[in-house]
Amino acid sequence: MEINEKKRRAPGRFAVVMTLLFVLLLFALVLNLAVGSVRLSLAGIWELLKRGRDASTESIILFNVRMPRMLLAAVLGGALAVSGFLLQSFFRNPIAGPFVLGISSGAKMIVGVTMIFLAGSIQMNPGAMVIAAFAGSLLITALVLLFSQKVKNMELLLVVGIMVGYICSAVTDMAVTFASEQDIVNLKYWSMGTFSGKGWEHVVTALVICIPAVLASWLLSKPMGAYALGEGYAKSMGVAVKPFRLALILLSSLLSACVTALAGPISFVGIAVPHITRTLLKSSRPALVIPAAFLAGAVFCVFCDLIARTVFSPTELNIGTVTSIFGAPVVISMMISRRRREG
Amino acid sequence: MSEFFKTSGLAVGYNGRTLIRDIDIALERGGILTLIGPNGSGKSTILKTIARQLAAIRGTVAVDGSDIQSMSVKELAKKQAVVLTDRIRPELYTVRDIVGLGRYPYTNMVGRMTDEDRRIVDDVLELVNVAELAERDFMTLSDGQKQRVILARALAQQPELLILDEPTAFLDIKHKTELLCLLRGLARERGMTVIMSLHEIDLAAKAGDLLLCVKGETIAAFGAPEEVMSKAPIEELYDLKKGSYDPALGSVELEKTEGKPKVFVIAGAGFGIPVMRRLQKERVPFAAGILFENDIDARVARRLAAECITAPAFEPVSEELFLKARELMLSCGSVEDAGTPIGTLNEANGRLIELARKRGLLKHE
Repeated sequence: MEINEKKRRAPGRFAVVMTLLFVLLLFALVLNLAVGSVRLSLAGIWELLKRGRDASTESIILFNVRMPRMLLAAVLGGALAVSGFLLQSFFRNPIAGPFVLGISSGAKMIVGVTMIFLAGSIQMNPGAMVIAAFAGSLLITALVLLFSQKVKNMELLLVVGIMVGYICSAVTDMAVTFASEQDIVNLKYWSMGTFSGKGWEHVVTALVICIPAVLASWLLSKPMGAYALGEGYAKSMGVAVKPFRLALILLSSLLSACVTALAGPISFVGIAVPHITRTLLKSSRPALVIPAAFLAGAVFCVFCDLIARTVFSPTELNIGTVTSIFGAPVVISMMISRRRREG
Repeated sequence: MSEFFKTSGLAVGYNGRTLIRDIDIALERGGILTLIGPNGSGKSTILKTIARQLAAIRGTVAVDGSDIQSMSVKELAKKQAVVLTDRIRPELYTVRDIVGLGRYPYTNMVGRMTDEDRRIVDDVLELVNVAELAERDFMTLSDGQKQRVILARALAQQPELLILDEPTAFLDIKHKTELLCLLRGLARERGMTVIMSLHEIDLAAKAGDLLLCVKGETIAAFGAPEEVMSKAPIEELYDLKKGSYDPALGSVELEKTEGKPKVFVIAGAGFGIPVMRRLQKERVPFAAGILFENDIDARVARRLAAECITAPAFEPVSEELFLKARELMLSCGSVEDAGTPIGTLNEANGRLIELARKRGLLKHE
């Protein structure tokens, strides 16, 4: 039966893409454990894993430095991709993302202000950082939504988002003027965006927040599909539009806030990765895109982090620098090809 | 009459402001109701209220005996489906994906399709004739194809009431007629009740069992198409000044050129229509005659000719009428013979032609 075969094609493609991404992720993870100023062989890693933690330098590098860093990059990369996809579903536009809409900058602003004025010179714990970033994300999201009621044109909304991002950065800079030396160092270090120097408590925080949020997003994939046809059709099919939109925004903000809090602002992953994922899947069905985008985001960020810490070793690049170099061209090519298609 | 669909004292509008009030309409199961009226008259507002996309300001809408306000979103979605004017642009969704979304109220929490759901999707794809497009990306389709897919999605919802807002808007004549025939078929064979707005008044009368004219603060007319069109002429409904509409022919004629006739058209049996339309385009006031009252040329002449001489049907033309026509023809100064055959009943026209030829008034010899 030809028709039956065709029907199975999309899930078949999904399986192929997922397998490919799993293999890539595994490869990236192993590479991340092995490569660095101290090189570890595959056999060496295996030996260390079997032995468990001990006081040797290799063990400390593996268990306390590379492993948490790599896991953090994977989880947060995935979270960022899903967050972007949720925003794109919300605006029904593939060029929406937490960074371009100024949401990441908002998170950064509130975290910065909290670091300087409330937390004093004490290092904030990851949970408190996420809460501050979440508050900032929601604030800016609310602002962008307010604008989006007036501005129906997506390109214009992006310009507004970018401007809002600049305002947030300005406020952050202003706060820095009044900050103590130690706060400035902390803030600078954090706001550059990096997975370096992160420990297991960061990984645990990321997992506790991101995994449930991504699962919850996946459970929204049914109304997300209906919503792709517009509000009118979604309503007519039985989507409770208002609560659905709220859930979408809350989940997206939570995911991007978590990333910003734990690793600093990271650009373009939220747009580029979902776009690559959709292209690979040849489908926008949320039930397929969400899991694949999570994996693809993990692969993308783990590779980018590897590049960030190895290319100019021992100097490290910001993670945002690397993701921009790879992500921005994808976004540009996507915008150009969309233009062309629309004529 | 079993009233499957009924509104009572319905008032519709936006933001608490009433646009149209006192809408009391009823429709049997399997009936088709068509809404016509000028742009901005509130057709879409009524449809949106019926579809519960917009809250009614006053009054109730009942489907199958129950108030739509008392239904859950899921119940409502199983009862009625919509085809809206919103241009949808979902990226990377296949036709099958879009139509599958119609199963929304029937699938489980994550939208898993059962074999039954897939069978229904296949059925509607077949029904609206898009089965061969099933795996195509929706955005690559033509407007006509898109509209059929959107209809298929609504049908996949297995509604008892289908609400369509200007479903023929982007379609060419072939696809318009195909769509309306399909809707008539669904109404007759599956007992689906249809409420739709149409821009094409001729098609509205032909496709609908009932017609609702929307204009002003209350509805202008509601009832069987012939009845409605005689009570509320289209010219009034649409405030038509530069032309006229013939409900029996379903045809529109452009503005009549008034003034003293300069050409006399001798016509009948449809031969006169192209001549009269040409003279209308040239903005020449003309007279037409001698036409039998039931002649198709007479219907058009009444709308286009500055003066028109008509004779009672099925009778030979009287001498009195011939003399009247003769006088009018001679005053015109130019005569055109449309080429209508001359028989026993209209031999008077033959005499007019003969006279015109003799006086050198006849054009196009």
